[in-house]
Amino acid sequence: MALTPQDIARVANLARLELRPDETEHTLAQLNGFFALVEQMDAVNTEGVEPLAHPAAVIGDIALRLREDIASEPNQREASQVSAPAVERGLFLVPKVIE
Amino acid sequence: MSSMKSSPDLHDLGVAQLAAKLAAREVSSVEATQHFLARLAQDKLGAFLATNADVSLAQAKAADARLAAGERTPLLGVPLAHKDVFVTRDFPTTAGSKILENYRSPFDATVVKNLGIEGAGMVTLGKLNCDEFAMGSGNDNSAYKPVKNPWDLERIPGGSSGGSAAAVAARLVPAATGTDTGGSIRQPASLTGITGIKPTYGRCSRYGMVAFASSLDQAGPMARSALDCALLLSAMAGPDPDRDSTSLDLPATDYATDLIAASQDAARALPLKGLRIGLPTQFFGAGCAPDVLAAVRAALAEYEKLGATLVDVSLPLTELSIPVYYVIAPAEASSNLSRFDGVRYGHRAANYTDLNDMYKKSRSEGFGDEATRRIMIGTYVLSHGYYDAYYLKAQKIRRLIAQDFQTAFTQCDIIAGPVSPTVAWKIGEKSDDPVANYLADIYTLSSSLAGLPGMSVPAGFGAGGMPVGLQLIGNYFKEAQLLGAAHQFQLATDWHLRQPPSL
Repeated sequence: MALTPQDIARVANLARLELRPDETEHTLAQLNGFFALVEQMDAVNTEGVEPLAHPAAVIGDIALRLREDIASEPNQREASQVSAPAVERGLFLVPKVIE
Repeated sequence: MSSMKSSPDLHDLGVAQLAAKLAAREVSSVEATQHFLARLAQDKLGAFLATNADVSLAQAKAADARLAAGERTPLLGVPLAHKDVFVTRDFPTTAGSKILENYRSPFDATVVKNLGIEGAGMVTLGKLNCDEFAMGSGNDNSAYKPVKNPWDLERIPGGSSGGSAAAVAARLVPAATGTDTGGSIRQPASLTGITGIKPTYGRCSRYGMVAFASSLDQAGPMARSALDCALLLSAMAGPDPDRDSTSLDLPATDYATDLIAASQDAARALPLKGLRIGLPTQFFGAGCAPDVLAAVRAALAEYEKLGATLVDVSLPLTELSIPVYYVIAPAEASSNLSRFDGVRYGHRAANYTDLNDMYKKSRSEGFGDEATRRIMIGTYVLSHGYYDAYYLKAQKIRRLIAQDFQTAFTQCDIIAGPVSPTVAWKIGEKSDDPVANYLADIYTLSSSLAGLPGMSVPAGFGAGGMPVGLQLIGNYFKEAQLLGAAHQFQLATDWHLRQPPSL
């Protein structure tokens, strides 16, 4: 199954990426080369096999850990916003969303 | 450079030796730190992305105060540097990406904290170059600069922890941290002739590691010897229940004491008697270069001399680990990297029309080619109508791969083979061929998918006088056994003591 330029455009939009036209063509060729490799997976019979998410779960149950829903951090707003592109009065600035 | 008072050869000491000198007060942490800072200021390898002498020296002073007060802990005052995917309060953190240029974390990663002056008392010399978001095997995907291999400046050091590997090999640092998602500690360790261990998935906290593929990412130490790695791992690892839900609930372990005891008992004949080393037939096929195979086989013959027995085992899905990994890792990466939106941190484009356009332009300007490629792959395999065929299928084969290892471990204690099918290649040789890069990860991916601990141990040299590493893979939680087996090999051989001719 080969990807089309339309697939690339659709996926780039989903990923919030903007590819230049020359990049689209290059990406298309590279992804098709990659998916040729991925097709090898079809040959494996996975009937009845459970997907493995936490690797060590293969030898026993891994309990998902929960903690109390309490604030454990001091207020770090200023330190957290040091690297923000645009901040005003402690708020992150974004382009207008609602007219 | 170093003062006459301090030894001119401090950089030739490993972690254990340097720690002993510090404990004996023959050298201060400030002197050691100054020595390494002067040395790495001359770095021509591109290994460092950030240093800050004031910060390092302040930490060294704090370590000296603890030493003066009588504290004697194994790593107190020893300098190291961190791969730039560990966030640090006192140094910038970029993960090798332009999108995080100028990023300053408000906190330290758990691994950084455990090793640092609030914990084991090590001094941070700076941040080490790596492939962007740890995606790569040549360090040529760093957005800042490539890293050169100190054994041949025209060659890659491996990746993604290439800066860590090069800095340790060139003796710019006694030790470094690395991260391994599909081989990123083991492969650069192999290609630069140093020792590195990726622990069992979950052994070290992932808190504060810039996330690439969350079900695979694991931190580990890179140093010259197994003993030095054992000292570091003892301090790095341990549960982090409130901050990393996948960290294993296993107590911190002392990996070094047994190794030190074994050193003192070095004359013992056949120290590895009873150890069964499994050789997967799939790791010794035509895909591996003859020079690499020769070095690996010679190392295995040495293991036989030490009393180990070699048995053939099979990991039939080895080749499948490449597509399985390159579906799962990009899928998780596309999700993790969605946080880079140009709003809360990171690069924001200068010109855009609306919010959506700001996201797209900021991300496209900030991410390099490989990160972009993996986001595209990941988004595609997770998109509606394709999830079952790709991501779910890959997670199922992942279970089969993990089960194959468990079958193999009924016949052996440790699995061994090459780390990389070739020695380090020339910079630029594979830079526009992603699939060629992915294929070269064949021997490290399967154990990553299974979450097993794995090591690279210097095992000799191949074509062009370039280092070759022996990979040792253990069963879950068997880091101590791996380190012990590597240590015995290093007591009997001197490959790990060799240094690049350029030094």
